[in-house]
Amino acid sequence: MRRPPWWVAGLTAVTLCLLHLPIAVLIASSFNRSRFAMRWDGFTLDWYSRLLERGDILEALRASLVVALVSTLLATVFGTLIALGLARHAFPGRRIYQGLLYLPIVTPEIVVGISLLVLFATAGVTLGLGTITIAHVAFNISFVAVVVLARLHGNGRDLEEAAMDLGAGPLTTFFRVTLPQILPGVIAGALLAFTMSFDDFVITFFVAGVGSTTLPLLVYSMVRRGVEPTINAISTIILAVTTIAILIAYRLREGESS
Amino acid sequence: MMRRGARWLAAHDRVRAWGLLAPGTLWLLAFFVLPVAIMGAYSAMERGLYGGVEPGFSLASYARFFDPLYLRILGRTLWLAALTTLLCVVIGYPVAYAIAGAGRWKHALLFLVVLPFWTSFLVRTYAIMFLLRDSGLVNSALLALGLIDEPLTLLYTPGAVLAGLVYGYLPFMVLPVYASLEKLDPALLEAAESLGARPVAGFLRVTLPLSLPGLVAGSLLVFIPSLGAFLTPDLLGGARQVMIGNLVQQQFGAGRDWPFGSAASFILMALVLAVVYVFLHRGAGALPEEVE
Repeated sequence: MRRPPWWVAGLTAVTLCLLHLPIAVLIASSFNRSRFAMRWDGFTLDWYSRLLERGDILEALRASLVVALVSTLLATVFGTLIALGLARHAFPGRRIYQGLLYLPIVTPEIVVGISLLVLFATAGVTLGLGTITIAHVAFNISFVAVVVLARLHGNGRDLEEAAMDLGAGPLTTFFRVTLPQILPGVIAGALLAFTMSFDDFVITFFVAGVGSTTLPLLVYSMVRRGVEPTINAISTIILAVTTIAILIAYRLREGESS
Repeated sequence: MMRRGARWLAAHDRVRAWGLLAPGTLWLLAFFVLPVAIMGAYSAMERGLYGGVEPGFSLASYARFFDPLYLRILGRTLWLAALTTLLCVVIGYPVAYAIAGAGRWKHALLFLVVLPFWTSFLVRTYAIMFLLRDSGLVNSALLALGLIDEPLTLLYTPGAVLAGLVYGYLPFMVLPVYASLEKLDPALLEAAESLGARPVAGFLRVTLPLSLPGLVAGSLLVFIPSLGAFLTPDLLGGARQVMIGNLVQQQFGAGRDWPFGSAASFILMALVLAVVYVFLHRGAGALPEEVE
């Protein structure tokens, strides 16, 4: 592509700034001594130290991390296996299966959340961290599968066949040949699944019970009660966690394409 | 002679494939397909006295959706989703165009577009709230400039919902449009220009048609989540800007009408699938052949 005219470049610069402005204001406000006004009253870490005094916030952070870790682990295993099954094997209905894999991704979150609530209520399951984890695995499987599948399409079965010709069993072949080959894709998929789980609000909102508040749920209930500076501090922490995960995933995928 | 490894794989292909697919597939059957099926069944039952459902077959919930009150919500949802898509095209196309022509800055700029997309949707929606509230940056700036005398009511308006949706889904538009522009061969434009086409004509008759697949994909990716939006109208729209997603939530919350909530969910899902179908089958057919 040729270079854009100056006014298109200018428009783009403005749009990119606007895209980052809301978040930048939020982060800056979390370090601002001023409580309400949009005025810089000096740097402070007060809002962060207040977080440490609040048991409910630490508890919510712990719940979010536990759910994100467990659901990421399960979704990554299931999703990677699906990707392997689809990329390495021919079977009737493969194309249809691959199409259906996108169904959980395009289905509105509210429908996924409500339908799981209906399922758990009908089955008499008590809502809590367990049901949240189950839901997060369900929405992350397709996602991991799609990411790993993209990685798998690049390489063929040659190395695996060679390993087996040299006498390696299927399991040895998987752990010594297949897995190292696809590992960057698997880790990228896992990191993305982790952020999706850690960030999720809508689906979690419906399958959470009493005493199973994750960080996004807590932020939501605080926001509903009104804007206050501690929300800016929690939001900044959430942003930091997800941005780090995304940066790592991005690096891995970049290394892949070069 | 066929090698041993290849022979083993070939002989066990189907079994191994389904063995690999089984755990994830079972999970999705139990926690995606089954719940949606139960919800479908509930949508055709009667409302229980204290929430839940009463057995029996009735399409009353679907009929109720044609009440003008609910049709208005449906109309608002479609209108806001369409407007969001249009704004994303208008704002996103120049961005994609500029990035595609940015040479060695391409990847860094692209990363700037993608980064907010990966950060928490809730936090981003709250960030918009923080900007638009009475004492937020927008009102403070307008007051300081002397353009207004008292804060404007920006939150809880259709404009706020629209701003939240566009802000939330803009990267979905930029990425596919960028991908289709990036593949575009500059020689085609040069050919058009050497044959006497002005830049505007070159853009309208070469660049734009060739980026159509990206525009179609981007529109799909923006329109679908906008249709199902729940959090954005909930936080930025308040009680008067209800979309289908909020209607569904109310029926399972305070409304305690599970059959109607299920029916509304099904209507939302049918809308989404219909849009996907039309885009993928009809839309793709109407697109120009890709130029080699």
